[in-house]
Parts: sequence; C-alpha cells; structure tokens
Amino acid sequence: MAITSGTGTGPSTQPAARRSRRDARRFLSSPALIYLILVTQVPFALTIWLAFTNWNLLRPASAGFNGLGQIVRNFRRILTNPDFLLVIWNTIYLTVAVVLITFILGMLFAILLEKPFPGRALARTLLISPFLLMPVASAVLWKNLMLDPSFGLSAWAMQLFGLQSVYLVQEAPMLSIIAIVSWQWTPFVMLILLAGLQSLPADTREAAWLDGAGPVTMFRFIILPHLRRFIEIAVLLEVIFLLNIFGEIFVITSGGPGLQTTNLPYQIYLEAFSRWNLGTASTYGIVAIVLANLVIIAFIQVLRQKRKEMA
Amino acid sequence: MNAGKQLLKRLPILAALFTAGAIATAQTTVTIATVNNPDMVVMQELSHVFEAANPDIRLEWLVLDEGTLRSRVTTDAAIGGASFDIVTVGAYDTALWGANDWLHSIDELAASHPDAAEGYDFDDLLPAVRDGLLYDGSLYAVPFYGESSFTMYNARLLDEAGLSMPEQPTWEEIAEIACELHDPANGVAGIVLRGKPGWGDNMAPITTVINTFGGQWFDDEGRPTIDTPEWNAAISFYADLVQRCGPPGVTGISFPEALALMSQGRAGMWVDATVAAGFLAGSEAGADIAHALAPVGPVAKGNQWLWSWNLGIPTTSDAVEEAFRFIMWATSSDYIELVAEERGWAAVPPGTRTSTYERAEYQEAAPFATMTLGAINAADPLDATANPQVAPGVQFVQIPEFQGIGNDVAQLIADALAGNITVEQALERGQRAAEDAMQDAGYY
Repeated sequence: MAITSGTGTGPSTQPAARRSRRDARRFLSSPALIYLILVTQVPFALTIWLAFTNWNLLRPASAGFNGLGQIVRNFRRILTNPDFLLVIWNTIYLTVAVVLITFILGMLFAILLEKPFPGRALARTLLISPFLLMPVASAVLWKNLMLDPSFGLSAWAMQLFGLQSVYLVQEAPMLSIIAIVSWQWTPFVMLILLAGLQSLPADTREAAWLDGAGPVTMFRFIILPHLRRFIEIAVLLEVIFLLNIFGEIFVITSGGPGLQTTNLPYQIYLEAFSRWNLGTASTYGIVAIVLANLVIIAFIQVLRQKRKEMA
Repeated sequence: MNAGKQLLKRLPILAALFTAGAIATAQTTVTIATVNNPDMVVMQELSHVFEAANPDIRLEWLVLDEGTLRSRVTTDAAIGGASFDIVTVGAYDTALWGANDWLHSIDELAASHPDAAEGYDFDDLLPAVRDGLLYDGSLYAVPFYGESSFTMYNARLLDEAGLSMPEQPTWEEIAEIACELHDPANGVAGIVLRGKPGWGDNMAPITTVINTFGGQWFDDEGRPTIDTPEWNAAISFYADLVQRCGPPGVTGISFPEALALMSQGRAGMWVDATVAAGFLAGSEAGADIAHALAPVGPVAKGNQWLWSWNLGIPTTSDAVEEAFRFIMWATSSDYIELVAEERGWAAVPPGTRTSTYERAEYQEAAPFATMTLGAINAADPLDATANPQVAPGVQFVQIPEFQGIGNDVAQLIADALAGNITVEQALERGQRAAEDAMQDAGYY
C-alpha cells in the first residue's frame, strides 16, 4: 500500500504495471465480492428497514416506512412486553445447558472411542448417527415414537414397571427439549474432540507416563491443554447454532405450554407468522443479532481468560 | 464421417424433441397451493383427468401442512409474490383476503367466463358454507370441502358400562358418561379432546365450549372479553374433564392423535370435526362408532363449528382463465361423481353441495351424512355467541388479529390444562395479550 500510493505519478513503469495487475485482480474478484455483500447484507438491511414499519401482513395499508418514531415504538413494545425477559432467559438457558451437557458427554465418548477396541468403527458410526438426522425428523421421532404417552416407547416402559404413563413433554417441556437437542449435538462435540485427541503425539503421552503421570494428571495437564483449541471451536460453533434452535421447538412443543419453551427464534416466528407483525418481528430480529454477538463475545472472553490462567 | 452419419441418423429424433418442446411451451402452467389433507391429496391424484380434458393446461402442485401453507400463501400475497394461480384458503382467511383485494371475485369471473362456469350450479352449494366466503356480498372462493363438529362415541364401551348417549347431549351428560367409562388401568380414556396449543388445534373445540357457556372472544367493538366468569366456567370445565377423564398428555393431543386413540378403541368418546367420522368408519373400532350432536351448555348457540377449505384465485395470477376452469372442475358435482367412481362414495369431499347429500349411494356409504349436514346447516357464523361479536365466525373470529391472539391464548390454556398455572392466571394473561394486540391494531 505504502509503495504504490506514493508512486502513482512516478515515471517508473514497474509499479504501474503492478498496480494495473492488482486492479485487474480486484476487478475480477469484484463479482464474488458483490455477490457476497448482496446475499449476506441485504436480508440484514431489510430487517432493519422493516423494524421501521408497523406492517401487519394482513393489512396491506399498514406497510411503509414510518420513521424513527416507529422503531422506538417497536422497541418499547417488545421491551415492555412482560414475556420478553422470559424469552431471553429461555434462549440462554437452552443454549448454555445444551453446551454443558454435550461438552461433558462428547468428551466422555471421545475418550472412550480413542482407544481401539473390537467394534469401534461400528460404535463410532452409531454414536454419530443422531447428528446426521435432520432436526425436524428427529423431533418427530422423539415426539411420536419415544415420548408419546399412549403409543410411545416411554409409555410401554412405564407400563412394564406398572407405573402410570406420563407425558414428559407436558410435565417438563424445557428439559425434554434440552435432552433431545443434547442427544443430537453430542456427536458433533465428540467428533471434534476425537479429532483433537487423535492429533496428540503418542510420545508426549509416553513421556508424561514415564514421568509418573496417572490418568487424572494426564487428563488435566496433557490432554486438556492440548484440546483447548478444539474445545473453543466446538463450543463457539455450538453456541452459534444453538441460539437458533427452531425445528425441535416447532415440532415438539410449539413453544409451550405457555411460554415455557419459547426461545428468541421461535418468538420471531410467532411474531411474523402467527401475529403477522413484521415490524415487531424484525425488531426482535435485531435483538437476536445483538444477543448472539453478546453471548459469543462473552464466551470468547471466558475462554481467553482461561488461556491466560493456564499459560 | 462416422460422427456425421450418426448425427444424420439422429436428426429426426432431435426434430421430434424440438416439436415436443414447442408443444410444451404452448401449455399454460397453473400452480396450485393446497393443504395435505386426504381430500386434497385425492384431488391431486385425480387431476390427470382434468389435464387430459384440457391439454392446454399443465398443473403444478405445492402441497403443505395447514400452518406452513397459510404462512407461505399469505406472505406471497402480501408482498405481491405471484407464485400461485390457485390458493387453498380457509373459512377464516377468505373474507380477509377478499377485503385486501388479494383474490378475484368468483361472481365476476363467472360473469366474464360463462363457458367455464356453465352447469356449475352455485345454488347447489351449502348456504352456510357459501355465506362464510362472502365479502361485501361477493363470493371470493369456492368450497372444496366443508365440516362441522359433533360427538363420536364407542357404543360398545357404553353398552358394556350400561350407559346410553342422548341424541343431543349436554356437556354435563358428556362429562358424566366420560368419567364412568374412564379406565386408565386398561388403557381406555373416558373422553379424548384436543389440548395441543394452536387456534386451529385446541381452541377450535374449546371456543365452541366457550360459546355455549355464554362466553365470547370480543364484544361488538373488538374489546377482548377473555377475563370473564363465562370463560372461567368453560375452561375450568374443560380442564377438569380432560384431566380427570382424559388420556395422559393432553397438551400433545390434536386431531391425528385423538383419531389414533379413538380408532383403536382406546377412548370412549370424542367431540371433533365431522370429517373424522369417515376416517373412523374404516378403522379397527369402526363398527362400534356411533354419532350424536355436538354437546350444548347453558347457551344453545355456537356449540358446533363450521369450517371449509376453499379454492381461490389470487389477483396476481397470470393464468386467471385457466385457473378458473380448474376450480370450477374441482368443486363441481361432476368431480364428486368422479371421486365416487374412482374411490367410492365414502371418499367424496363432504360438506359442499346439497346434491351430494341427496344421493342414496352417499347416505348408504356414509351413515353419518345426515347428521353432518344438519350440523353444518345449524352452525351460524353470524350468530354463534350470546352477545354480538366484532366479526363473524363460530370457532374463530374473522379479524386479522385473531390468529395471533388465538395462538397466544391457546398456549396459556394449554399451560392451564397441564396444571402449571391456574385458569385465572391463564385468562388474566390472555386478556392482557389480547388487549395489547387489539389496541395496537387501533380497534379502540
């Protein structure tokens, strides 16, 4: 940059040629860049524009830009809604709980699968399969085949023990969702951690073993520090995806009973396609973006702190 | 050389392909969005008959579940997306769409395309169903399928318990019989009723209970009247009934779940859509199922609902004439004859035409037909509540805000049915949510 910007008027031909080559490169890459800007930023810009409206889809006359007063009204409307805090809490609770559960289970399974044993390949494939199912498909499966109080596997199991069949989705809706989503996401964490474990050089481990490290010490001082990067990636990706959990809630609980399982994405869906309020739905969308960034920044901060402590 | 010969040999085939392409482009494509209900699936399967008779039209289908369909077609209409030439709209949506100028008036189309409407006989449509599709006196969609609600019960179970069902039961009698039949140890529930949250799920039967207990959603100006003693009595009654004498997991039960229980003889009775009777007739418990009218409470009004699925043509369509020809075909009495021929009389779409119910073959194949017709004709969307309401509708209120309010209240009621909150709490919170929505919309 420094060289080329100073030589714009210079007589030398070499920098000019370099510049023209650079311009050509820029020109050639511009379609891709414009495409990227369009597909990533236009929906976001539209969301912001819609937040300035009071558009009810079923009332065409209400469409149109209403100015700053409207976005203030929209924000006031959602922030003064008594359900708002509950929805935010549900979103964070669901995300954090699933991250913790999947992390612990994923780590256990990864350690289990690292050592060779007969049938390991089969066990690995079976453990991965929940992640390969589409969210809506696995939700339908859990709701109808597993948890249905009259026809499900759980009803049959309860009957074996002579117990009254209960509908878990009704008695503990949030826990059911957390369990089902964790079931689905554990393989994801397991896969990443397994890759991490397998990249740990055998001689490091051997050296630690010769130095007299037991299994706990080995895990705490050799395996865990080595896995730090992998853990960060797994957790970060999980948080990004889990903040957007929708299919399972849509299929299993429709956000209820009451608001017990309504998270932010589901609330946006209700606002847009149940109440038809595009203005408030988009305002919720902005809140969701802010929340996602806050949670991710917080996670990164915590992880950095940990790294400093460990260093 | 060889390649040249090869090409020459293939030339006629290529020419033929090009001509075929030219014919294909001369066809007009009509895109239809519809619901994945059994009757609509039959329509799609039999549509080749229409295509054979109308070689200039090619049909394209988008078949979705009710909720997804509604959000797809409504969004499309609101933003002027023009994706569809025919949409399936419910009894709740049709007049709202007409008011927004999103649908062509059927009356106008019939006047401008008399040959397509020839022999259609608009007067044969059931008046109760047809009147629900009017906006400003003009018809905006034609009914493909119509239903009301009534009581279905397992007569064998009642006989064994020494009980009998009156022709017109009251909700008190229903509760009494249900709790006598209730036998959870043997996997038999006294009564199965919907509890799954949604304005078209649990709120459909619950609203009929509210109506007949003297309650209603709004007053005549649109002020919500949810936080009232009538609602409290209705919801408390419903909650007590499903908790004491219903199957486990009421908040997971809607039409398909209830149908499964009833058809395996695992529930004593069921108050739901008349269309269920047709499904039950062919089931395991089919021979035991008998029918009675929808139960009444203190106010003999609005205790049976009225719903229809209808075909309309969006104003954004660029194949209006072709679309009109199709909807005239699919809702005609000829189509009903065609289904009867191909699939039997029990499978014809119910609740649209008087002539269907006059057929002896239909009466024989569907013993519940007379009762269905009576229920549909008795349901009056214009007079379903004790006091006047802001807009018509039996189990819904025909205003744009109803779907949102209905879904929100449905969730709160499900929470009360599950026993997590009291009925008072549910109604108080529902009232507040409804007031906010109606005030935002500027009703008062």
